[in-house]
Amino acid sequence: MRLTCPHCGPRDSREFKYFGDAKTARGDDFASTYLRDNPAGEHAEIWQHISGCRAWLEVVRNVTTHKVISVKEAGQ
Amino acid sequence: MRYSALEVIKQGLTGNKSWRPVWRTPAPKPSYDVVIIGGGGHGLATAYYLAKNHGMRNIAVLEKGYIGGGNVGRNTTIVRADYGQKGNSAFYSHSLKLWNGLSAELNYNVMFSPRGLLELCHSDGQMEAYNRRANTILARGDKAEMLDRNGVTDFAPYIGMNNERFPIKGALLQRSAGTARHDAVAWGYARGADALGVDILQNCEVTGFDIRGGVVHGVETTRGVIKAAKVGICVAGRSTQVASMAGMRLPIESHVLQAFVTEGLKPFINTVINFGVGHFYISQSDKGGLVFGGDLDGYNSYAQRGSLGQVEHVAEAAMSMIPAMGKSRMLRSWGGIMDMSMDGSPIIDSTHIKGLYFNGGWCYGGFKAIPASGSAYAQLLATGAVPDYASAYKLNRFETGHLINEEGTGAVPGLH
Ligand SMILES: Cc1cc2nc3c(=O)[nH]c(=O)nc-3n(C[C@H](O)[C@H](O)[C@H](O)COP(=O)(O)OP(=O)(O)OC[C@H]3O[C@@H](n4cnc5c(N)ncnc54)[C@H](O)[C@@H]3O)c2cc1C
Ligand SMILES: [Zn+2]
Repeated sequence: MRLTCPHCGPRDSREFKYFGDAKTARGDDFASTYLRDNPAGEHAEIWQHISGCRAWLEVVRNVTTHKVISVKEAGQ
Repeated sequence: MRYSALEVIKQGLTGNKSWRPVWRTPAPKPSYDVVIIGGGGHGLATAYYLAKNHGMRNIAVLEKGYIGGGNVGRNTTIVRADYGQKGNSAFYSHSLKLWNGLSAELNYNVMFSPRGLLELCHSDGQMEAYNRRANTILARGDKAEMLDRNGVTDFAPYIGMNNERFPIKGALLQRSAGTARHDAVAWGYARGADALGVDILQNCEVTGFDIRGGVVHGVETTRGVIKAAKVGICVAGRSTQVASMAGMRLPIESHVLQAFVTEGLKPFINTVINFGVGHFYISQSDKGGLVFGGDLDGYNSYAQRGSLGQVEHVAEAAMSMIPAMGKSRMLRSWGGIMDMSMDGSPIIDSTHIKGLYFNGGWCYGGFKAIPASGSAYAQLLATGAVPDYASAYKLNRFETGHLINEEGTGAVPGLH
């Protein structure tokens, strides 16, 4: 799997660290900590380009086909 | 037909003409007392114990694919009872006891082989931690021992002891742990349940629930509506989808775990070895293939296949632990969808809907749990209460704070 970092271009997924569901990434209540939609389709998720520019990214990916739909800077 | 050595000889002498399929292919009945969703190890075991221990007969197991097509037929078959947390330790200890009698119980050879589990330690701190773990295991009455460096070399001489990065200091050895034949477990429980009258309905996907006034009345399936007074969800990696049809949002994420097997080799690896710091474990199947794996791929996935990054990692770890493995060829790799719970431990509980029960969150450790989980879930479905040994696996423990986090990694399902 490859992610196209907006700064560095297409890179192997091993350069990135996964931080899970983008929807619940910021919350600190019970539901955001413990409950997940866990869809079998498109999933918005946070990744960090740790072995590259270290930017935090929001990736939309189909978790059934592993097709990457979009990558942008997180929080934008 | 009862299986025995005599039967094998009799059939062999008469051209093997009288073997029959070991379970029926019935048409769905309009209604059952209990419907189990998911024909994996846990679903089939639950149906078997409902019939065997609780005398129920009007039961169906609904499987969207075929028996053995899910994780029960994809796992690396390690059976162990080395858990340290309260809640887990009693449960897995009970399960290991059931494994020992399982072939006789089912009259089906599940090939349980207690060949031992060796967990390698690489630092003084880790030795201390494993000493504590071993004492916890001993204190509850199970077996564990600590080996020093020489002990490891004596027990498993093929392990490379010159690892510069992770020098081996010793290991925890649980001789009563081992492996079993995964397909046989699915088939054995299916056969046993069928013989007690359970209908096993394959190619029957549950697509919705009939819930009225907070009470479940049945399920909608690809083979029509089936009424039931009690419904048990037992669908491993698909837990979220099925529970969401009943309006539930679960503390679970689905991740892919891969496994690998080499060509068949002569007996070489005598035990199960866990090389924790290398994120690698291995055993050798009775057919001779080296069966091994590592960690999850690390991101949400419903694809029953993994990425090449893990393949490379696992091959590297294998080479650093057992350099001789470099001469063998990898034959196949595959993946299964893990129902990763937020604390790494499972759930066996009733739900807020009357008559609807949930069993899931087995992560990558649910094969060894099959006998204990099946009997606990059967008791819950039959009587409304789980046995003591499974009483910690509550659905609301994430809210009440009674987490069972064996790895101490927090609410990050990909890390358990
Ligand atoms: C690569 C790998 C290695 C593993 N190694 C080990 C190990 O060494 N030791 C260990 O203890 N555990 C291990 N596990 C974990 C273990 O396999 C699982 O925890 C366990 O098998 C899950 O329970 P199950 O057998 O009931 O699941 P499954 O066999 O997956 O059964 C669930 C069933 O539900 C069905 N289903 C889903 N949705 C529906 C629906 N809507 N309607 C009807 N049916 C449905 C599925 O088709 C499936 O057959 C491993 C898993 C994998 C993938
Ligand atoms: Zn970058």
